[in-house]
Amino acid sequence: MASAPMSEANPVPATAAADGDDVLLRVENVVKYFPVKGTGPFREKEYVHAVDGVSLTVPRGQTFGVVGETGCGKSTLARCIARLHDVTSGRIVFDGQDITKLSQRRMRPLRQEIQMIFQDPIGSLNPRRRVGSIIGDPFAIHNLASGAERKRRVQELMERVGLNPEHYNRFPAEFSGGQRQRIGVARALAFRPKLIICDEPVSALDVSIQAQVINLLADLQADLGLTYVFIAHDLSVVRHVSNSIAVMYLGKVTEIAPAEQLFTAPRHPYTGALLSAVPVPDPDLSDQRQQIILAGDVPSPIAPPSGCRFHPRCPKAAPVCVAEDPPLEPRLGDGPEHPAACHLPMAEGEKLSDFRPSISAEERVLAVEGSLLPDDAGTGVTDSAGALPARREGGQP
Amino acid sequence: MSLPEFTGAVAAEAIDETGEAPASKKIEGRSPWRLAYERLRKDRAAKIALGTILVIVLLAIFAPVFAALVGHGPNQQFINIGENANGGPVPPSGTFLLGTDNNGRDLLIRILYGARISLVVGVLATGISVVLGVVFGLTAGFIGGFVDTVIARLIDVMLSIPFLIIAVSIAYIAGPSVWLVIALVGVLSFTYLARIVRGQVISIKGREFIEAARALGASPWRIMFIDLLPNVMAQVIVYASLLIPLAIVLEASLSFLGVGVPPPTADWGQMISDASGYYQYGYWWFLFFPSIALLITTLSFNIFGDSVRDALDPRGAGIYV
Repeated sequence: MASAPMSEANPVPATAAADGDDVLLRVENVVKYFPVKGTGPFREKEYVHAVDGVSLTVPRGQTFGVVGETGCGKSTLARCIARLHDVTSGRIVFDGQDITKLSQRRMRPLRQEIQMIFQDPIGSLNPRRRVGSIIGDPFAIHNLASGAERKRRVQELMERVGLNPEHYNRFPAEFSGGQRQRIGVARALAFRPKLIICDEPVSALDVSIQAQVINLLADLQADLGLTYVFIAHDLSVVRHVSNSIAVMYLGKVTEIAPAEQLFTAPRHPYTGALLSAVPVPDPDLSDQRQQIILAGDVPSPIAPPSGCRFHPRCPKAAPVCVAEDPPLEPRLGDGPEHPAACHLPMAEGEKLSDFRPSISAEERVLAVEGSLLPDDAGTGVTDSAGALPARREGGQP
Repeated sequence: MSLPEFTGAVAAEAIDETGEAPASKKIEGRSPWRLAYERLRKDRAAKIALGTILVIVLLAIFAPVFAALVGHGPNQQFINIGENANGGPVPPSGTFLLGTDNNGRDLLIRILYGARISLVVGVLATGISVVLGVVFGLTAGFIGGFVDTVIARLIDVMLSIPFLIIAVSIAYIAGPSVWLVIALVGVLSFTYLARIVRGQVISIKGREFIEAARALGASPWRIMFIDLLPNVMAQVIVYASLLIPLAIVLEASLSFLGVGVPPPTADWGQMISDASGYYQYGYWWFLFFPSIALLITTLSFNIFGDSVRDALDPRGAGIYV
């Protein structure tokens, strides 16, 4: 998939959420903790703070992107919305109905309106069952169609997603990765759902196949008026498909913005760092650009940092960031569609590399050995030619 | 609002990817079972073992026909021609092809009738094992938590009791019968199978296709039997095919110890037990033929079971993804 013409290819102004648009999904303060098994009976119970107070509003008919590093809670959030996990606290309101506490039995009719597309095109299809019966599952489970009628509708779906209906009797192993993801799409589409949660639907695919699947999803949205929650860690993919984007870090939303605004005027330093990692196809441009490499790994979600969770790795970190958790609200005169959770948001044209954290070294994450200069524990900055860690030593402080 | 169309030539390839077969051609998927069957068909050892098993089954089924042909019933004693001057067994001859036993009965006919007991016990006990093993393993693995703990500990307790000691005790108290033997062997050997199924279910239930089924609104029953069970069947079949010879040997062991199939019913274990007092005096056929029958039967099942395992091996080409 070409990432170069992306901004040209995305002329829709994407003026964010709401604006009187009908809201399909509202996520309010959703928290999901997973207990970590203690090794002894007297051990204090610990929890993984997978999702820690996330609020989102997804307008009908739009694509809402969610990005973040591996382990930031994107997939857990997706499973909470689809009610595959019960939330620890918070509310999920779908189409005006609070579905947070619905029993699995009462949830069943709603399953037809909320569907999911999974990341792993191999793992999400039962290897022992024929494709026709996998795609026919929705009809079988909800007694919507049987026999010849079911077969006809399954083959219609296969045709709709660009599969050969003659392959009805094949097994998942006999398809390519892209085709398997189409099978997953067909299955999710069987109910004509209102909302499809796409959990990294293209992350496991080749770049050329990614474009096919993304185009398929776009066509389906245009034809059927679907709403997507689109989760990915590939920023260029999310930018292309989304109307608005939420950035997650360690279980919290750090910034929400209309797609283009997020890329042109990121407020949160974390967003800034993420954007600097998006590959630029023009080598000259790429050479001029400064790339920000965050120090260390994402801190443990079992004991997340105090205050702003990004402070140990943030180049702009100040004492207030350690002390206070910044609320998610519009910063620097942004509209309500662009809130950011940052005490010291980035202004336009500001370079992260010009900043040094003003907090004590203990508050910062330990520098990865050899990758950073002694007094530069917050960030490592390279002149970006090589994003690879192996070339970091050539970077300038 | 809809998504902007993706620019670039890749969009056109979407159709090409799926269009490799002419629409008119009927395509039949090759199921994992079919692939396994085809591998099995190429396995010479499997074919020989299966052929032997079929012969044994036919011999067992038509035992009465053979009895009628030679005119010797399975429990019929031939005091005059079937015993020597000391009342011992007579060696193989034209009248008694495999000789007689210590009661002057035709050894060949008794071995044929004994095959019936062995096969019936082997198959039925294995059936009980499979049903119990799948039910307990699936329940423990799928539900997890407290139920899993209780079942897993129960299995541990059962595994810690030596089979023969508990079986002999129960059979001694209850009095020997074929049905008791079947029940004992079946109930006491389901534990291994339950463990295998439980482990498989736990590893499979975390896969995304189970989540997909839940997202579609599938009931727990449907997930257990439509999504999980077919994925553990390969292991169940492999284990069951190896359980049959084990059950046959266990039955023979119980009969050998005198708490299995009650006399005068012809039974291999019983015959070997009877012969153990005679073979050192030169009556070798009395011990040899029942032992060989038991050996060939269990060996055939074992070899066939091994071949089934190889054919269903996930590492074999083309079975799994």
